[in-house]
Amino acid sequence: MSVRLSSHRSFWLGAVLTSLLIACALLSFAWTPGSAYEMNMDAALQPPGSRHWLGTDAFGRDVASQILVGARASIAVGLIAVGIGLAAGLALGLLASARRGWTEEIIMRLADFTFAFPALLSAIMLTAVFGAGMVNAIIAIGIFNIPTFARITRASANAIWARDYVTAARACGKSRTAITLQHVLPNIASVLIVQATIQFALAILAEAALSYLGLGTQPPQPSWGRMLSEAQTLMFQAPLLAIWPGLAIALSVLGLNLLGDGLRDLLDPRLARTR
Amino acid sequence: MPLLEVSDLTIQLPTRRGLVQAVRHVGFALERGATLGLIGESGCGKSLTALALMGLLPEQAWVSGSIRLDGQELLGLSERRLCALRGNRMAMVFQEPMTALNPLHGIGRQVAEPLRLHLGLGRRAAQARAVELLERVGIAQAAQRFGEYPHQFSGGQRQRITIAMALACGPDLLIADEPTTALDVTVQQQILALLQELVAEHSMALVLISHDLGVIAQNAEQLLVMYGGSVVESGMTEAVFRQRAHPYTRGLFAARPQMLPAAARPPGHLPTIAGTVPELADLPAGCPFAGRCAFTAQACFAQAPAPRLLQVPAGPAPASLAFWRQPHVVRCLRDEAIHAGAPVTTP
Repeated sequence: MSVRLSSHRSFWLGAVLTSLLIACALLSFAWTPGSAYEMNMDAALQPPGSRHWLGTDAFGRDVASQILVGARASIAVGLIAVGIGLAAGLALGLLASARRGWTEEIIMRLADFTFAFPALLSAIMLTAVFGAGMVNAIIAIGIFNIPTFARITRASANAIWARDYVTAARACGKSRTAITLQHVLPNIASVLIVQATIQFALAILAEAALSYLGLGTQPPQPSWGRMLSEAQTLMFQAPLLAIWPGLAIALSVLGLNLLGDGLRDLLDPRLARTR
Repeated sequence: MPLLEVSDLTIQLPTRRGLVQAVRHVGFALERGATLGLIGESGCGKSLTALALMGLLPEQAWVSGSIRLDGQELLGLSERRLCALRGNRMAMVFQEPMTALNPLHGIGRQVAEPLRLHLGLGRRAAQARAVELLERVGIAQAAQRFGEYPHQFSGGQRQRITIAMALACGPDLLIADEPTTALDVTVQQQILALLQELVAEHSMALVLISHDLGVIAQNAEQLLVMYGGSVVESGMTEAVFRQRAHPYTRGLFAARPQMLPAAARPPGHLPTIAGTVPELADLPAGCPFAGRCAFTAQACFAQAPAPRLLQVPAGPAPASLAFWRQPHVVRCLRDEAIHAGAPVTTP
């Protein structure tokens, strides 16, 4: 594993970018180059310089600081939304796979039903009904992660249930619950980890999209999506204002996707051998 | 009372072509210390019968008849009660040792688990007992290798480990589904010898499934010959092997390769049974072998042959076989004609 790990370049690039994202969010709690919140109309729309590394926005807020603080929102949304989706989806998928029959049928048809609605549209609807804000955005994104995880859990768990060692374990008298926890779960963990990184990236994108539409993180809390939407009106005066948050989103999503791909390769011995 | 009593076991499976009878009216009885051989081609219902005994049939399967272990009816038992029996009173060894162990767990833990589950042993006690078991089945340095993973063992060793796992709680009934098919010949002999020793040691009953006549001849006192889900011939191994009353049994014997010097070898190819195993959905209403059998008559297609008693074993039972002796039974309409040397009529 260690040899493969060190030679997997895209995994490392992904890991570095993801670490950078987390580092930005953590750093923003302790220190920011300027203030992400304080308006200063005299210093509005400054170009990048020694005082404001990435310049200032239309209200004179320091863009570099906003990017750092905005990373918090992205990570919070990603973590909690993936957490909700993973917890509920995993439980439902494992249940469906262990019980089969009607239980499986109902759970999977519910998942299909949820899939039938475009996730972002439904999230917009939910935040429109229950009010715009980060908490509602997180819940909405999390709910749409549930069927994804339920499906992938059930599909990979079904494959494990068909394995000989599961039949052998059943022949030893183990209950379905014990088999699920001891045999199925450890064997599908790698698939779920990979899926979680991908869903994390999608959640960041979804949060940015909701905030861009004004339904996610609310002012004055900085968010990359909202920075984008505010920069949009100044596209010709200050194009850099749109570039910075766009770059932050793109690099974070890229990093998480590379990390997920790398993990998939490293956790699957068969793929690693053919590479 | 025999340890295991199966009567009229019928298993139906839903397929795209409707419900098919995969196992038809199978019945037998087995005493402690005895070995029953189940022989037949792939898809004849051997493995399904074994899974039915363990209560491990796929959920969609329809099962009828009766399976009694020590007088207790197993069919219709709740999953919870079955779990308490599996691995405890009855256990199973599978065909493919390479996949029958979880690759993510150490082998010791897998052997110790049934002990903790059924006998309520603590971690330490279960581990000590598992090491003993592993040593008993011939894993050298079991204590040192306890934490190693399945991929660190050879196929033969892994089969020994699955046997240790199956025997952990000292079951009364052991089902071995082609336990040596995936192993090479020298290892086969060792595994079969080990199984025989263990059966004798614990006075277990063993159901040995195989498609290998030699394996059955050496290891089973009684046998069932299965074809198309039905038992076509059954009896004491020695009687069935001597008489070969059913044309299918004869076909199996004829198709067996023999090591003979070139001069003594019959000319031409190794005989085969004409045709292929029909799909279960296509089985004729009468005898399942009708059509493939050289002795088929019109009646064979229409009428399912009733079991016919050929002979009750005579003479005193050998001391080692102090159990009920299985009568020799055949299900064939034509066996008398065949044995009388009547001219073969084609359908």
